[in-house]
Amino acid sequence: MNKKNTIPGINTEPTTNFAVLKPFKATAAGEPEDLLFSRWLASTPIWAWVLMLAAVFIWPTFSYAATAYTTADAFQALLRWIPFIVTGGFLFNVIISFFAMLIGTILGIVLGLMQISPSFYIRWPAQVITQVFRNSPWLVLLFIVLLALPYEIEIGDTIIRIPDWVKAVFGLCLPIMANIAEVVRGAINSVPNGQWEAAESLAYTRHQTLWQIILPQCFKRMIPPWMNWYAILTMATPLCSLLGVEELITLSRQAIEAENNRPELLVPFYGFALLIFFAYCYPIARATIALERRFAVKL
Amino acid sequence: MSQNAWTDDQPIVSIKDVHKSFGSLEVLKGISMDVMKGEVICIIGPSGSGKSTLIRCVNALNDIQSGSIKVEGQEVNDKDLDKLELRKKVGMVFQQYNLFPHKTALENIMMAPIKVLKQNPADVEKRARELIAKVRLQGKENAYPGELSGGQQQRVAIARSLAMNPDIMLFDEVTAALDPETVKEVLVAIKDLAEDGMTCMLVTHEMGFAKEIADHIYFTDRGVIVEHGPPATFFDKAEDPRTREFLSQIL
Repeated sequence: MNKKNTIPGINTEPTTNFAVLKPFKATAAGEPEDLLFSRWLASTPIWAWVLMLAAVFIWPTFSYAATAYTTADAFQALLRWIPFIVTGGFLFNVIISFFAMLIGTILGIVLGLMQISPSFYIRWPAQVITQVFRNSPWLVLLFIVLLALPYEIEIGDTIIRIPDWVKAVFGLCLPIMANIAEVVRGAINSVPNGQWEAAESLAYTRHQTLWQIILPQCFKRMIPPWMNWYAILTMATPLCSLLGVEELITLSRQAIEAENNRPELLVPFYGFALLIFFAYCYPIARATIALERRFAVKL
Repeated sequence: MSQNAWTDDQPIVSIKDVHKSFGSLEVLKGISMDVMKGEVICIIGPSGSGKSTLIRCVNALNDIQSGSIKVEGQEVNDKDLDKLELRKKVGMVFQQYNLFPHKTALENIMMAPIKVLKQNPADVEKRARELIAKVRLQGKENAYPGELSGGQQQRVAIARSLAMNPDIMLFDEVTAALDPETVKEVLVAIKDLAEDGMTCMLVTHEMGFAKEIADHIYFTDRGVIVEHGPPATFFDKAEDPRTREFLSQIL
């Protein structure tokens, strides 16, 4: 018997003519399908990374052994620059990712909830916005925001300058917003229909059902993909160097230039950049997997 | 509404010539039945015959294309219907229990009266504990649905519906997903309810149970009521060949 009871926006097919990626879909509690990046990162044993980094550092030792400027000199240069690179540069990467995630999450939750609205006029624009920002290259969004936003705003007599890193935050929060919206929508969709029906039959309004029954169950399911997106966002922050934001990669390049652009410096400096991103994202990826496992058992 | 002229001597649920389709598939093809206050009716029939759809229409979980369903004189097939008011009068228990997994048994029972009916939490808790005792689940108040067996979950679901003080209870194949040994505890809970005078509409495959508690049995097949009658005549003197065939397969 066809018992399917359609609830507008929940289990109706999203209608859009855009050529789009498949929407986020959580198959079961804590098992969202597209945690591939986190999975891959977390499932890599530490020794593999040590081995890779060792190879990266040892190889140039041999190839440049003949030249006067040794790898040891290059590493000494790196050590001199590390405080500058980390406090001036990587801190900015963290700040940018933090604010982009914060704004992106808030906007994404609103957009995700709009996508399940029973009203077509709220649902449709939300779906279009989501698909547009999910499927745009991040770098393009960054450039658009950079060029579209003014350099300064005049309010009365005071002139407020908008620093580049603030623009970078806005640029990066757009794709995060769209992807978090899909996480929210996917999590809400993954709650069985029976929960809606049970609440309905107890005379709950749609609003009450959503906030008291459905969303509390979604919250746990959203945490792992949410953290996954944070890790991806952090990895994407070096894109801001193209906008001239003084973050890790920009400062590394400046440091290399200050050291006379010697080619021997490339591997230590960019290797260090890799290492520091890894050190930051690896624990997040591990925690994501751990949370995923814990919630999978519970629900 | 002006339709509150309903009195006890009229049917509490009156279904007249109801038609319902899912797309091109017509699942109800003109169903009529009357249920009096305090009556227990059972709807039986092969799967796909529209039994569940029919009782889901009574509390407007499914809408109907044509015909009339009146609950306490209130027309359900009305686009201006206040569904919330209807659902406060009509409780429903599902095959899959559908308890809220993030709340304990007691919270599951207390939530709707507090949040929907805005009743005093202390009173609601007192009543919820009485209901837990009534469905024989003392000691399980603080268990989460995941920690309860199917039969226990289903009894919590019954108590959750009863907490809203409904006038009518709908049971949609409530024992179909249960282990054979836990079926009985749920049936006992329903029987207690029926004996207290609650109006019940059940969709069931438990023929022995239907025979025992029903005041009236309806047999549906392919969207129509083939035959109906009190259990004594229905089971022993079924006239329609389809009913006889169905009963011979089940009994």
